[in-house]
Amino acid sequence: MIKSLGTEDTLENAGLSAEEQQLFSNARPKAYEPYPIKAVEDFANWARANSLWILAFGTGCGAIELRPLMSARFDASRFGVAGRPTPRQSSVFVIGGYASVKTLKRIIRSYEQMQGPKFVLALGICPVNGGMYFDSYNTVNQFDQYLPVDLYITGCMPRPEVLVAGIMELQKKIKAGRCDGANRYIENFDWYKANQKKVIKNWDMPDYNW
Amino acid sequence: MILEWLGKIGDFSLTLLIVTLYGLLVGAYVERVIAKVQGRIGIPYSQPFINILKNFFKRTAVSHGVMFYLGPVFRIAGGIGTLAFVPVIYGSEMFSNFSMAGDLFLVIYFMFFGQLGMALGAGESGHPYSAIGIARGLSQMTAYEVPFALAVISIVIQYDTLSITGIVAAQQGGWQNWTVFTNWVATLAAMLAFLGMMGYSPFDIFLAPQEIPVGPPTEFHSAYLGLLQTNRALFGATKLILFMNLFFGGATGWIELMIKTLLIYMVAVVVGVAYPRFRVDQGIRFFFKIPTLIGIASIIYVQMVLIS
Repeated sequence: MIKSLGTEDTLENAGLSAEEQQLFSNARPKAYEPYPIKAVEDFANWARANSLWILAFGTGCGAIELRPLMSARFDASRFGVAGRPTPRQSSVFVIGGYASVKTLKRIIRSYEQMQGPKFVLALGICPVNGGMYFDSYNTVNQFDQYLPVDLYITGCMPRPEVLVAGIMELQKKIKAGRCDGANRYIENFDWYKANQKKVIKNWDMPDYNW
Repeated sequence: MILEWLGKIGDFSLTLLIVTLYGLLVGAYVERVIAKVQGRIGIPYSQPFINILKNFFKRTAVSHGVMFYLGPVFRIAGGIGTLAFVPVIYGSEMFSNFSMAGDLFLVIYFMFFGQLGMALGAGESGHPYSAIGIARGLSQMTAYEVPFALAVISIVIQYDTLSITGIVAAQQGGWQNWTVFTNWVATLAAMLAFLGMMGYSPFDIFLAPQEIPVGPPTEFHSAYLGLLQTNRALFGATKLILFMNLFFGGATGWIELMIKTLLIYMVAVVVGVAYPRFRVDQGIRFFFKIPTLIGIASIIYVQMVLIS
């Protein structure tokens, strides 16, 4: 990202002070094409599906359902699932139920720092339509207005069995090459950013967290 | 001359491939053993391979500078360099690598080299947890190198050679000639250092998953992480082979090598599943107390009992 970019390729980063703007990259993210040879892409998708590293970031009450996944009763490591404490290394973001506006800011930061291809799994009814917090002043109702969701698991609360079933469904989708949430986010980047900035009033981070 | 060298490099590449694959497989086996202890089924044997493939197939990677690129490269250079000077199969021309007089010194240097390269790379990533992980890792390494170096000095005096092949040759002719039976004091000190070297509990203070995310590699992702994971398998297997050569009589075939290294690995695993993580100060003080004393005792033991 060191090479000079045209103005259409750069982001404004208007939320940052002039001094801070020097510290962050203002490059616009680019959508990625699949490998030209289909067999290579299928093989890559098979590897991605069988090695799902979940970001250990509990974003709502549903995060409590993530903990038993690794325990003896459910043992999701059989399916190649592992917890990863850093967004750089993880490929699945589980939105654990409601997303308050304050958390949404952190969710966006963490999501953008993850390396593609990355997948979002929305857990519970709250990311679908707000659930029991539908008229709350500080939770977002439709999560896919702010970040692209690859798979929904509804319920309040879904048990870990359902989460495991959802993960297996996600694996099928990835193997079929139908999980392109990361590209959808970049293709509709301006729309997503406008929605995010509409709810997050104190936007004091770069427009894209590289 | 050139053909001879090319042949040697070819042989070494084969050794490198076998040792890396073996390291990955044995890593999966150990994960499964730990899972069984915790009442789980555990990962499939193919999981480490899939993880590495997945990381190389990632579509994006961000950089934090030149040293950030070079960190994993230095790390894997350390792993390959260590293996290059360790004779893998005793008596085999093909699998003795570049073993020569004085290779023990080079191997100990190379074991340090990778860690220092990684420290520079992870330092440039700018993540505070990386810096904490490096501080912990380097101080623990300094601590366990003391008993390990003392044990190595002890067996160097005992066998009067600095060549690993020479040390293995001196242990041939039956199990009673192995260092573990002739110089059990040095072996004990080295095996205690080995616990720290393998990074399992209670000495996993530098990775410390739930505490300082994953320590030095916190910012490493995609292909960088793929390189680090490959190196972890390769370097782990190389350390096992080194310990087998120094203390357990070496191996004359691949089957013997696999059985012996697996048993040596199990020492670290059994301790790892039985004990929780030490605090930083506890982990470092541990090595300066009893293991260091045992290391000094091993030199006295060699001088007073074995040589005289």
